[in-house]
This record gives sequence, C-alpha cells and structure tokens, in this order.
Amino acid sequence: MAWDRNQMAARAAQELQDGWYVNLGIGIPTLVSNYIPKGVNVTLQSENGMLGMGPFPYEGEEDADLINAGKQTITELPQTAYFDSATSFAMIRGGKIAMAILGGMEVSETGDLANWMVPGKLVKGMGGAMDLVAGVGRVVVVMDHTSKHGDSKVLKECTLPLTGRSVVDRIITNLGVLDVVEGGLKIVECADGVTEAELRAATEATIVG
Amino acid sequence: MKKVYANAAEALDGVLKDGMLIAAGGFGLCGIPELLLEAIKQSGVKDLTFASNNAGVDDFGIGILLQTRQVKKMISSYVGENAEFMRQYLSGELELEFNPQGTLAERMRAGGAGIPGFYTKTGVGTVIAEGKEVKNWNGQDYILEEGIFADLSIVKAWKADETGNLIFRKTARNFNHPAATCGKICVVEVEEIVPTGSLDPDSIHLPGIYVHRIIQGQHEKRIEQRTTRKREEA
Repeated sequence: MAWDRNQMAARAAQELQDGWYVNLGIGIPTLVSNYIPKGVNVTLQSENGMLGMGPFPYEGEEDADLINAGKQTITELPQTAYFDSATSFAMIRGGKIAMAILGGMEVSETGDLANWMVPGKLVKGMGGAMDLVAGVGRVVVVMDHTSKHGDSKVLKECTLPLTGRSVVDRIITNLGVLDVVEGGLKIVECADGVTEAELRAATEATIVG
Repeated sequence: MKKVYANAAEALDGVLKDGMLIAAGGFGLCGIPELLLEAIKQSGVKDLTFASNNAGVDDFGIGILLQTRQVKKMISSYVGENAEFMRQYLSGELELEFNPQGTLAERMRAGGAGIPGFYTKTGVGTVIAEGKEVKNWNGQDYILEEGIFADLSIVKAWKADETGNLIFRKTARNFNHPAATCGKICVVEVEEIVPTGSLDPDSIHLPGIYVHRIIQGQHEKRIEQRTTRKREEA
C-alpha cells in the first residue's frame, strides 16, 4: 500500500494556506488544484503570464491565446490578471509567490533538486523550474519515492544535473512526507499502509530524529 | 514615417542578414509570430540564432526553420516538443544554449532597457552558473547574466494602431513584450490594425516607440494541448 498520484496530490494540497499565491508544476502538481481544501482560497500563478488560473474550458470554448505553462487550454477567473514573461518572473524572483509545488527526478538530503535533464537521454530544458526554486518562499516536491527499478530517488547526493542547490523544503512521495532539516531528512508522516521501516528502507538519504 | 507594411515579406525587406540574432516572442505555440517566421523561411536567410523560449513543433513556429536548416543556434528554456530539434541537437548540427525561463525573459528586458548585465540567484550551484561571475550579497550567491541585444525582434500582438502602440491578448503576451524591446529593429504582426486614436492610451501594453514595422494578417493560432472538461462536470 502507498499513495497513488491523486492521493499524493491531495496530500500536497494540504500544504496550501488561505490567501497564498502558488505555482503548480507540470504532472502530479497540476492535480493539486483538484484538492484545494474548502475555505482555503489560493491564487494559482502560471509562469507564462497569468495569475488566477481557472479550470479547463468546456468543449468548443478553447482559446489559443489562453494556455497554462504546460501549454494546455485553460480559462480565466474573475480575479485573473495577465502580464508578460519578464513581469511573471519578476514576481517569482522577487519572492512574491508563497510556494511552488513541483515534480522531481531526484532530491538530496540537503534539499538539492534535480528535475530537468537526464544527460544523453532527455534534453527538454528547465523551463521556469530553476527560477521558481530560487525565488519562491517554499518549495514542495511531489514525486515517486523510487524508480521503476526500485532505486531510491531520495538520495544523499543527486546524480543528475541540478535544478537548484539546497532549495527543497518538503518532499511528498507515494510513501510519505519528509522535511529537509539540519543533518538530513525528517519523517513527517508515512503514507497509508506504509510503515516507518518501509519508508526508511526505500530512502538512501540520511534520516534524522 | 509610415510603420504599416503590406505583408510579412515587405516588412522584413532589407532587414534580414545571414548569421543575425533574432529575439522572438511566444510561449509554446501561443502568441508566436507565425507570419514573420514563414516569411523568414521563404527569404532563405541562414545561420540564424534565435532567442526564443521554445522552438515550436516540427511543422509550426521556429520548427519550420529547423526543417530548412536555417537555424544555427537556439537560446531557449524548453525545447521538448520538437523531434527534429532533438535530432539536430544530438547530432551536433544545432547549437543550444539553455537559459532558465526567467533569466531569458530578464535578459531580453535588460537588453531593451540598456542594461548589459544583472545578477540573479537563478541557476546558482547548477550547470547554468558554469563560467559565470559569482557575487555574494548578504550571504547569498548570485550569478552575472548578460542582457540580450538582438539584431531583430519579431513579435505577435493582438491589436496595433498605426503608430505601433500594441495590445496583447491573454497569455499570448508572454515573451512578446520583452522580445519586442531588445531588438535594433522590431517587426510586429497583429490580427487587427486600428486607426490611431482608437486605442485607450491607458490600456496600451507596449508603446509604439519600440515598434518599427507592423503588418496585419490571418493567423492560424494552433493549439498545442487541447484540454477541455465536459459540461456535466460543471
């Protein structure tokens, strides 16, 4: 037993606080918007130039001029504001975005994040991820705890090219929740049906406390 | 001086040169200067360097110039949607300089504002920082990034007046605004040119001082990822 993609997204949604401006990455982080707790009002930023991202449009109402950072058609809300890319990253770099929830390939025990490149294999680019991890108030990474081969992705040191160094605050995986603290990672909670022993066994990084 | 031209080929006449640096607006396929890109293809100009967030897809956007081998180098943050790009890059035919998206936008903004360099936290401790000056303020490292001073800017806007005042639409604004400012010459394609005086001066997104040539045309405005919800779910 462990959390599936939707349960991970639902757990990540518990990180949101009322009034926050938040950026959600592509993949599981996008699903977080389906689980925003009642009574919590957050404004979603899309780094291609929008605050106040709405849901997907109804069929037939797609607008080529209105997309999110994953290039998906979306809609606007009453509070929506549009701006250019330099302004968008000025608010990211200026620390105005309270939190980013991003996907990851590897996270280290010191909070290093790798999520943009596999040398020789996957050359897509970092997009806005390096700016986000450097600029936002809090970085939460949502990813599978291990690779398809069972290797831990929560490591002493990342093996892949970094997106940022010492930038991650919290990791939410299919096996549980860990915080980056002095000396290593601290277990915050285990996923449903996962024991602390199982979580430790799947983690290469140092676990403290 | 008249800024309105009849079509993309005329608007680019005398402007294009082999080996030039072009700053292009657009994010994915949203807000790309599709008519000007087609005219650049037809012109046959080559060895181009593009500062553009993305490289289009195989048969649309900058992708059409990759097919014809007119691009020597891309300065981009994300190129994942383009198989031909990947092929040319991995075989060494195409140079690629990855820039974090915000760094690319700020490099264009800085170039347009006459700022040759700026320091940023973005990329510190990563491959992006290699070879770049590092400076420490209050215990935090920052790296020096350079402004982009392009030979030409190509931009898509929604509406222009005859003096080049521009209004963009929704998320199609994206890189078009900073890209427009950083070129020696800025050529803009719009969906509608309206008479001077008919745009609200308080609502101009980019003043005409940045804009040298304008064309009006029909845009395909292709959608990259069509995502919808069913009405029952409402």
